[in-house]
Amino acid sequence: MGKTLLKKVWDLHTVRQLSTGQAQLFIGLHLIHEVTTPQAFDMLRSRGIGVAFPDRTFGTTDHIIPTGDTSRPFQDPLAEAMLSALEKNCAEFDIPFWNLDSDRQGIVHVIGPELGLTQPGMTVACGDSHTSTHGALGAVALGVGTSQVRDVLASQSLAIDPLKVRRIAVNGELGRGVFAKDVVLEIIHRLGVNGGVGYAYEYGGTAVERMSIDERLTICNMSIEGGARVGYVNPDQTTFEYLKGRQFAPAGDAFDRAVSWWRSIASDTDADYDDVVEIDAAAIEPRVTWGINPGQSVAVSECIPSIGGGAQNGGVSEALAFMGLTGGERITGTKIDVAFVGSCTNSRLSDLREAGRIAKGRSVAPHVTALVVPGSRSVQFAAEEEGLDQVFRDAGFEWRNAGCSMCLAMNPDRLEGSQVCASSSNRNFKGRQGSPTGRTLLMSPAMVAAAAVAGEVTDVRGHFA
Amino acid sequence: MSNRKIDRVEGTAIPVRGDNIDTDRIIPARFLKAITFDGLGEHVFEDDRIAFSGHPFSNPAYAGARLLLVNENFGSGSSREHAPQALKRWGIAACVGESFSEIFKGNALAIGLVCVTTSNEVIDRLMDLVETAPTSRLALSLNHRSIDAGDSTVSVDVEAPVRDAFLSGTWDATGLLLDDFDVVRGVASRVPYIRGF
Repeated sequence: MGKTLLKKVWDLHTVRQLSTGQAQLFIGLHLIHEVTTPQAFDMLRSRGIGVAFPDRTFGTTDHIIPTGDTSRPFQDPLAEAMLSALEKNCAEFDIPFWNLDSDRQGIVHVIGPELGLTQPGMTVACGDSHTSTHGALGAVALGVGTSQVRDVLASQSLAIDPLKVRRIAVNGELGRGVFAKDVVLEIIHRLGVNGGVGYAYEYGGTAVERMSIDERLTICNMSIEGGARVGYVNPDQTTFEYLKGRQFAPAGDAFDRAVSWWRSIASDTDADYDDVVEIDAAAIEPRVTWGINPGQSVAVSECIPSIGGGAQNGGVSEALAFMGLTGGERITGTKIDVAFVGSCTNSRLSDLREAGRIAKGRSVAPHVTALVVPGSRSVQFAAEEEGLDQVFRDAGFEWRNAGCSMCLAMNPDRLEGSQVCASSSNRNFKGRQGSPTGRTLLMSPAMVAAAAVAGEVTDVRGHFA
Repeated sequence: MSNRKIDRVEGTAIPVRGDNIDTDRIIPARFLKAITFDGLGEHVFEDDRIAFSGHPFSNPAYAGARLLLVNENFGSGSSREHAPQALKRWGIAACVGESFSEIFKGNALAIGLVCVTTSNEVIDRLMDLVETAPTSRLALSLNHRSIDAGDSTVSVDVEAPVRDAFLSGTWDATGLLLDDFDVVRGVASRVPYIRGF
């Protein structure tokens, strides 16, 4: 019986079995940002411990930064204090850091792959649950908390429980207007928001094999929304072509040698899985969430579930009451106030292109505030280079600087009151977008753009030029 | 590095009903804008408490509770350690639930906050008990994997290694991870992307 990528990478990186029953896992790449690290550095200082491998840790700033006026000091003194702490910590411990003035800055899960830092066969850790994103390149990437950030800084390793592997095979062709976001919303809907607890999700099948790295990043990103701490795609030719020439990827002959190792760590064709799920790509439609967890979604052609029906995710009545929606009604026609294209899920160049395709030559509905927040400076420059910023501006979208922005509203971008937001982000939790009573409808970037134009939820498939 | 040994958690208990209660609800993101964990305790469940004045964390009858009773997939979502930190700083020493999200459980372990699981029926019974009589005292024993609740005793589950870590005071992993650090360097030197392709 063959081995999975998870098993191969796990075995290679296991330092020892700890007395706690957990494995001590060596971490090849540690990414840090301003929100989950200041206390970790303070703990190091108070214990008199240094950073073990400063050259395996990279920092950037993304969560709290304004996406409009980024001049320092920030108007928000708390945000200023957080960025100042990260600057000081990176300087003190010799950690490479891409600050706001760097053309490498961006959302940590966008820049890792983009710079070629994330590579197949690596273990990656970051104090952020969406670290699962990096699995799109065939890495085993783990979201951790602040005490574990401290542990990685101190020892370049983590104490962690073993994971089972569920292969999710998505086979067939996706229809037009159906994107990676819809695939992962379908998966979470079907398997549940806690279906992945204890598992790593291995995504495969012909639909995933045909996907670009950007699309795979979107799928792996939301593994955690399905309860799976880790999600990955086996590295293949698409992966190798993506990495070639990137700043931190191996170059020349070393690249060729790397490719042969990368091939070897992919799951064997006869690998042993703890579970296998098959999904028909052709049956997936554009999806929209109607509730307060990411499992509560419907196909855009469907009706919102009624209380008592479709209760597989539980809490339907609580969700409908919070959302102000009525069970049994169509999701299309739900009025929106805000449209947000951005977040580590969907803020890459291909996402902006798909949204731009819908926005081009159209206008945002008068009652809607719409913003586009690129995932990184590099995405921002590339989009501006091809005139996407102008397409969005002409349509009435605001074009912003890179950051996490309204996904979690730790910066000035946030919902007010009970606003309804069509959002390309990853979480529709109560209060997630900054207003305790704000409401979030998750969907693909193209669906967000279509909703911005229509002023309400609409099927993007009716909006292609 | 050795930490405080934890076996028994005794005291009153506070029930928070509902599945999939995420960490954004336990501590909204705006309270993460700080460079310490100080003061998080007073903001625990803040938005839920504003939305629902009868929230257990606003009910003086539950002030001083040491055990938190929850349902399924508690602590899902964001990896913010601020969530277990806020609960701990409020005064919670142990969470008893049907299930917990993986990252939440790992974060809780790392700060010495006990998480144990039990069946839906038992949780329901314990919740009923403390909703009817908030002064009821519960006594969790990790050693016996049980909770004494008045005149009845119920059993709870906790992974053997996690239980051992609490009982032996080794739940803070840093010391373990730094033990014999040459082994870590050895792994680094054999990993192809560090050794060089």
